[in-house]
Parts: sequence; C-alpha cells; structure tokens
Amino acid sequence: MTDTLFINARLIDPVALTDTLGALLVRGGRIAEVFDTNPDAGDAQVIDCSGKCLAPGIIDIGVKVSEPGERHKESFRSAGRAAAAGGVTTIVTRPDTLPAIDTPETLEFVERRAQADAPVHVLPMAALTKGREGREMTEIGFLQDAGAVAFSDADRVVTDSKVFSRALTYARSLDALVIGHTQDPGLSKGAAVTSGKFASLRGLPGVTPMAERMALDRDIALLEMTGARYHASQITTARALPALERAKRNGLNITAGVGVHHLTLNEMDVADYRTFFKVKPPLRSEDDRIAVVQAVADGLIDVISSMHTPQDEESKRLPFEEAASGAVGLETLLPAALRLYHAEMIDLPRLFRALTLNPARVLGLEAGRLQAGAPADLILFDPDAPFQLDRSQLLSKSKNTPFDGARMQGKVLGTWVDGDRIWEKA
Amino acid sequence: MTFRAKHLLGIEHLHPTEITTLLDLADSYADHNRRGVAHRDVLAGLTQINMFFENSTRTQASFEIAGKRLGADVMNMEMQASSIKKGETLIDTALTLNAMHPDLLVVRHPHSGAVDLLAQKVNCAVLNAGDGKHEHPTQALLDALTIRRAKGRLHRLSIAICGDVAHSRVARSNIMLLGKMENRIRLIAPPTLMPSGMNEFGCEVFEDMEEGLKDVDVVMMLRLQKERMDGGFIPSEREYFHRYGLDAAKLAHAKPDAIVMHPGPMNRGVEIDGTIADDINRSVIQEQVEMGVAVRMAAMDLLAQNLRAARADTQGVMV
Repeated sequence: MTDTLFINARLIDPVALTDTLGALLVRGGRIAEVFDTNPDAGDAQVIDCSGKCLAPGIIDIGVKVSEPGERHKESFRSAGRAAAAGGVTTIVTRPDTLPAIDTPETLEFVERRAQADAPVHVLPMAALTKGREGREMTEIGFLQDAGAVAFSDADRVVTDSKVFSRALTYARSLDALVIGHTQDPGLSKGAAVTSGKFASLRGLPGVTPMAERMALDRDIALLEMTGARYHASQITTARALPALERAKRNGLNITAGVGVHHLTLNEMDVADYRTFFKVKPPLRSEDDRIAVVQAVADGLIDVISSMHTPQDEESKRLPFEEAASGAVGLETLLPAALRLYHAEMIDLPRLFRALTLNPARVLGLEAGRLQAGAPADLILFDPDAPFQLDRSQLLSKSKNTPFDGARMQGKVLGTWVDGDRIWEKA
Repeated sequence: MTFRAKHLLGIEHLHPTEITTLLDLADSYADHNRRGVAHRDVLAGLTQINMFFENSTRTQASFEIAGKRLGADVMNMEMQASSIKKGETLIDTALTLNAMHPDLLVVRHPHSGAVDLLAQKVNCAVLNAGDGKHEHPTQALLDALTIRRAKGRLHRLSIAICGDVAHSRVARSNIMLLGKMENRIRLIAPPTLMPSGMNEFGCEVFEDMEEGLKDVDVVMMLRLQKERMDGGFIPSEREYFHRYGLDAAKLAHAKPDAIVMHPGPMNRGVEIDGTIADDINRSVIQEQVEMGVAVRMAAMDLLAQNLRAARADTQGVMV
C-alpha cells in the first residue's frame, strides 16, 4: 500500500484545538506524521487539499440503522453510503431495532451485515435490558465479548430504579458504558412538543423541559451510588446543565451528548404541524438551544450526534401527535453543525472535539485525532461551500430530514477510512 | 375582496376585516332564519360532506341544517364507524373523498392539526369543525356574533373565559378572535387546567374566579372536558364546582348586565349552576346555538363564492 500525503491542508486538530495549515502523511492505514509545512513527497501519492479543511472523520454515537426489522427504512448499505458522504467514518448503532439487539446472536447479525455492506466502521450498541423492557438486564458480559461498545435502551428510560441500579452496578464490574435517555417518563408521557406558548397555540400535548433534569438527577444519584460509566445521550435544556456540571465536578464518570437538531432548530420550526420536525426529545425553546450550544463550546456537553432516525413517509404523513419521531441526519450532521461555526458560536477545533475526539474518548477508541499513530479516518471538507438541500438527493433510504430546502454551508470533498478513500465528491 | 380565505381552518390566519365580513353576512342570515326567508339557491348544486372523526351531535346538526338551508346536497359520514377502523390513513381518506369531487368538506378530528393536513390534500373548501385542542373557528365566530348582537359591539369589552382552558379548542379560537377585535381577555382556571404561556398571548390569567370576573361584560364558560383528561387535573367535580362553577354569587362580581355564555353541551352543577344557565335575562346560551347555524351558513356561502371564482379562473386558463 502506497503512502498518501495530504498537502496544503487546513488541519483541524481537536486535541491541540488548533486550526493551521500543514500536511499529513498516511502510511499503512494510520496517520504516520503531521507536518506544519509541505514535506518532500517521495513515493507517496499526493493529495493537494488547496487550503480546505482536513479533520478526523466524525464518530456518530446513536445512529439507527433499521436492520433488522425495517430494512425498507434504512439498511447497512444505505446508512454506510450516507455516512461516507456525510463525513462520518464511525457509526455507533442503536439497539432499538425489531427485534432489539439484546443477545449476542442478534449482535453478531448486525456485525455481519455491517461488515458486508458498510464502508465505514460500525460499532454496535446493545440493549441494557432484555427487549428494552426495563425488567431484566441483558447478558452484558457476553454482549461485550461479542463487540458491543455500549449498553442502552435507546429512547426508553429504565423506569424501575432498582433494575437500573443493578444494571449499572453490573456494568461497572465490566467497565461497560451505559448510555441513558434522560426524560422523566411520567411527565413526558404522550407529549409531542415542549410545553410553552407554542404548544398552547398549536393545541399539542407538551412536556415541561424539567422532565429532562429530573431524569438526569436520578441517573446522577445512581451513578454516585454505583460508580458506573455513563453517557447521557441527549442533554437539550438549560436547566439540566448545572446538574451535569456538578456531577462532572464531583468526579463522577459521566459524559453527555446532544443531537445536532437541538443545536440548530427550535420548537417554533414545527410551525404548522410539520412532522419532519418531530424528534425525541422534542425541539426546545430558543433560550435552551443557545444555552446548549454554549455548553458544547465550553466542553460541558461532550458529544454532538446526528441522532439519525430513519422514518418512512407513511409514518410521518399523519396528524402531528400520531406521527413517528425522529429525523435522518448522517448526511446533514456536518453542514448543520457548521451553522454554529458560521454563526460564530464555536470554532472549528472545538466543534470537531465534539464530533470526533470526545466520542472517541467516551468509547475508548484511538480514532478521532490528527496524531501520528491514530487510524487514518479522515475527511476533507470545504466549510464555506453553499448549497440548498434537496431531500430527494439523500443517500439514506428514508428522506425525513427537517432541512429539506434549507440553505446550508459545508460540503465533504472526500472521506477516508483506515487510509482508503471511500467517498469522493463528484 | 373582503373575505379571501380558501378554507376556514382557524381564526389564527383570518384578518379582522374578514371576520367582520363574515359576521355581517351571518347577522343577516340570522334575521332571515327568524323570518323564515329561504336561500336555497346559494349552495344549489354543491355537495357538502360532513366528516366527523369524533362524536358530535350539535355541531354536525348545525352544519347540516346550515347547508340544507342554502340548498347544498349534504352528506354525513360516520368516520368512526368506517375507514379508520379498517386502518386507512387520514390522507388516504382525504384522497378517496376528493376523488368524489365534494365542494365543501366539514371536518372534525381528535388530533390538533389534522384538518390542516387534510386541507393540503383536497381541492374543495375545508371547514374546521374542531381539531383536537387546536381550533374551533365557527364556534368562536358564533360566540362573536352572539356578543355583538347582545352588546352592540365587538371591541373594548372585558371578557372572561373560565374553566378548562387547557383542553379547549373553543378557548383558543376565542382568544385569537377576541384579541384580534381588541377586547380585554381574562382567563380563569385552576392552574392544572391553564396551558402554559397564556399571558404571552396578551391575556390576563386568574386562579381566583371572583377576582377574574370583576366587572367583566361577558362570562364565557367552558365545558369540563372529562373525556380528554387522563385523570388528576382536579380533585373532584364538587370541589371544582365550588371553586370554579358559575353561580349567582360569583356572577355578582361581573357587571350587572354581563351576559353568560357556554358552548355546550353543559355539565350542569359542574361548571355552571342550572338556574344561571336557564336565566333568560343573563344567559345567551340558546342564542349561541341559533347563531351557530347563521355563522355556518355565512362561512359556507363565502367559501363557496371563493371556490366558484377559483374554478372559473382555472377553467378560463384551460380554454
């Protein structure tokens, strides 16, 4: 395998938090060296980046690939292509499939399918409880041996605190990562939007933003008790932030993520019952959005995810309360996240810290860095290139994006996984 | 053009002049109805379909009578009994009906926004007869007409809307209409039945009924929507009646000539004392029902005019 040398690259380094011109050499699927000027190319194949951004590939925690069960919504092939086009080099899949990924056998099915069809790394999560029913923990040890990188019941809360505390205790003994959904189930039951003026105007059932803090507070108390390693998948409200900050300051093993839709859209975007804007948890107020963006910039919220959730047209073409939740995001994660950069709310290295380095740290991966020795999972992108999104052009099988027709900036020019180019902009 | 809307989906998108136009026409229909003047030519040759996905006797009857008085061919579809049970989606139902070329579609649905969704898929004029907790525009219009006839004006009045605001589409449509016509709106409800953010709509919010009723011109009671509650909003109906039921003692805080309204059907002894409801000097509840027919006649007349004009335009283009 020949070496590849990227020259004239604007290197986005999420470790050093720098954004500088330089070059980068890839050898044997790994980053061999990073230079601050263009070195002699030698035998290497040279890629002239022409001043465009070279960054680690995105690591997206919480992607729903609808295999097994609903392959018409998304398959490993379509999700893998969408990820490659979107600059995502590692997808961490959710276990909320049909059936749930709750045994080593179903997990092996996912790995086999991913291996055969997806050009990007696929790391599966497994369910924390059998059938995601919140009653009995899954075979965490066997599942971990089979390759599960984290344990989660996805968008369901383990309501029974005793069951959850046992699962956390057991997971701690295996140093397994538990990912929690922080929405108080009682308060959020039946809700379609966040309560407030907009919900009242539209006559839609709302959930108070406090439901998030209540669930986070419970989980933090259980972490204090069990010492488990825990990641809150989506923190979307200002009121949850002080609790998160305190838990981190007290040395608990806790990290937090947020979906890109909650960073870039607010409750008003639902407008006249547009169901493509129905996500879980529901979109929040503009004040919450700003607070959460700030928390990402400050590093309090560690991870940005796409929360990619494919839904077919039928499940969205319904009255708002009945319509399915979720939006696809693999291909729009980067341009949506770049809105925060263009709005000068965050710089590129800090944005990539949340898209690459922090998810790698949460999962214990070597990727996500521009450092010698790290896997050569890389993306080349132009952060400024403008385009108008046309959902029919998405590579995902499902086209349920809230950004249809939106003017966006940021195009991926090329994607490399383990040094191999898997996608190139036409 | 003073009434331009293609559908009547809600009060939110109506302009005050459109509201006035509609009320003026309804006012004359109300008088004609009393005198027995027929207008069977207005909707002659048009087909009106009433699609009620939720039980309603009163509203459906009101729309049916309104359509028949204007000469429309009226058909009632019992939606609960038919396609929904067979798993057909709302949009498929809409497309199926649309293929039969109705002219006026009157729709009630248990989900907020469902009528808007349906209106996007059909070529006829759609009237919202109530969608979930969102809007019930003809109710607000008939309330407005009743107030205008009783008080002689529809502006600078102090109007109290009392009771189960949270579950009420009637309240939402009334808040919007009365706000657009520049009235003072006071909302009175136990905090569990008050939706959040109502003060941001320019309403004054009260938890104490006597304080809220002070010197108002109009007392609008809402029905306690027991069927929409999944329990626990109020401790009991008797405590609710004690604190929020309209009786003579509480009504005494309103202006001496204040009128009492209720969209019906009433829960006597829960939100309203029977003697108040039946007091012909204060209660305009029967008049509300009467104005309902007139307002629905006016709404369908105006929408049919716009529909015919639009069809004439397209035919002109096609020739």
